[in-house]
Amino acid sequence: MENLKVLSYDLREDVVDMIVEGKCGHIGGDMSVMEILVALYFSQMNISPENQNDPNRDKFVMSKGHSVESYYAVLAEKGFFDKTDLIANFSKFGSEYIGHPNNKIPGVEMNSGSLGHGLPVCVGMALAGKMDALDFRVYTVMGDGELAEGSVWEGAMAASHFGLDNLCAVVDRNRLQISGDTEDVMGHDVLQDRFSSFGWHVIDVADGNDIDQLNAAFSEAKTRKGKPTVLIANTVKGKGSDVMEHKENWHHRVPSTEELKQIRKDFALKKEAFLNE
Amino acid sequence: MNEIPNRQAICDVLRKEAKSDKDIVVLCSDSRGSASLTSFANEFPKQFVEVGIAEQNLVSISAGLAKCGKKPFAASPASFLSTRSFEQCKVDVAYSDTNVTLIGISGGVSYGALGMSHHSAQDIAGMAAIPNMRVYLPSDRFQTAKLIKALLLDEKPAYLRVGRNPVADIYSAADCPFEMDRATVLLEGSDVAIIACGEMVQPSLVASQMLAEKDISATVLDMYCVKPLDIEAILKAAEKAKVVITVEEHSPFGGLGSMVSQVIAQNCPKKVVNLTLPDAPVITGTSKEVFAYYGLDAEGIANKAIVLLEDE
Repeated sequence: MENLKVLSYDLREDVVDMIVEGKCGHIGGDMSVMEILVALYFSQMNISPENQNDPNRDKFVMSKGHSVESYYAVLAEKGFFDKTDLIANFSKFGSEYIGHPNNKIPGVEMNSGSLGHGLPVCVGMALAGKMDALDFRVYTVMGDGELAEGSVWEGAMAASHFGLDNLCAVVDRNRLQISGDTEDVMGHDVLQDRFSSFGWHVIDVADGNDIDQLNAAFSEAKTRKGKPTVLIANTVKGKGSDVMEHKENWHHRVPSTEELKQIRKDFALKKEAFLNE
Repeated sequence: MNEIPNRQAICDVLRKEAKSDKDIVVLCSDSRGSASLTSFANEFPKQFVEVGIAEQNLVSISAGLAKCGKKPFAASPASFLSTRSFEQCKVDVAYSDTNVTLIGISGGVSYGALGMSHHSAQDIAGMAAIPNMRVYLPSDRFQTAKLIKALLLDEKPAYLRVGRNPVADIYSAADCPFEMDRATVLLEGSDVAIIACGEMVQPSLVASQMLAEKDISATVLDMYCVKPLDIEAILKAAEKAKVVITVEEHSPFGGLGSMVSQVIAQNCPKKVVNLTLPDAPVITGTSKEVFAYYGLDAEGIANKAIVLLEDE
């Protein structure tokens, strides 16, 4: 089996290349969400370019659409489209690779970008699965800042009302949003209680950048019947390099030449450490 | 007088088609009664989704269902559907190109004295400004039924607005000419062209009869397809007429009148007068009283035509 920990850093390199080439990108959230996407696409979900039109494929909606660079990097790695083309054209004039997910691109189910849409859309997808007695699963990733959108809670309410155990949401809990600490902007420290009270099974993933912990949580979610599951994945914004980690001013930013040099060096060290594990 | 509202015609078609098409799903936001969809919900419980009073959820859930091959019809009061869930209509339906039919019930000033919170005088403008969103305001129950059948044949997003109250029949079961995205020409004349949509078509037709008694000949167009607008029909009607009048149950901005004026200004400049609701909360009353007060009844439309032609 491929070393997914190393792959997560290979894909971080792709993300950085994309952002440098396209001269824009939501780099901090890209870094925090990477292992969540890698676990989903390379361990958990039944989805590939070969079965992308199969009604029983697993479905994914990138609700925190601004982390599109990580999403595109993962889809390219899965073979949905050409990575060189992606890096060369991301966000360029006339490009298909818009700065938020677009379903004209193979592998992308739904357009997103405006926050608070992914979960209710996934409720519809999961309902369709129940109606047709198909066993596909539906996944979405939300940011923690995104949880201030009321529509998230409309979706959360409906998901438990309909007993959608085929639905699994992930919160990329990196504790930072564009204006600063999430707890200063709009507090979410009672997140577990909030989802529990909405009728969800809640799994706290202590290290949301740890593939093994994520896979264990996703596997547990599959066994929970009668209610949807949410993973609160405690991640680090800017994960992978001290240049970016825990810094809200890296929410949307293009690294300077100096910063880039250090970021690449830090990524290489992380990969080396994983290979020596 | 017909006592079947257009919303009932929608339910009748969906009940008939849902028997053989299990992908048809109806969604309501605590609105099944107002939408005349209670009988659908009772007859097809597995093809009915109640989301509660949550219009944003209604639209997003519909989009998710559509993405998985379902044919959702989401029915909610037009006032809430077109504004509370506007972004979901834009992103999850139009932009993601999902096969969702949005049904705005009790449209315009149907709710009468309930006030501006319940009126939808902005829905045409809002919805029509969204790329990939079609906008339809059928005139009577027969045309509504034909439109729903046509919408079942395609897989594109659409917003449909119907009123709450029964509308006097314009067509009949045997005689309801309908071509998708083409206006229906109800009458051809040479003095005035009256272009109307939704519930305003019927009084426009009555107005044309009043005008005929005064030897004024009118063209009457049933422009149920507000987007895509039937430009060819507008130009044909306008070229023959001295003046053009548009009639709609909508704000003066961004509705049928604005669109028709744009088309005529660009192609065959001529006087166009837009009969609309005011840019203000409307006066308290039943929809019938409101229409009469703002000149949106047959007398008001006919009088406007007479005054305009006198000025010519």
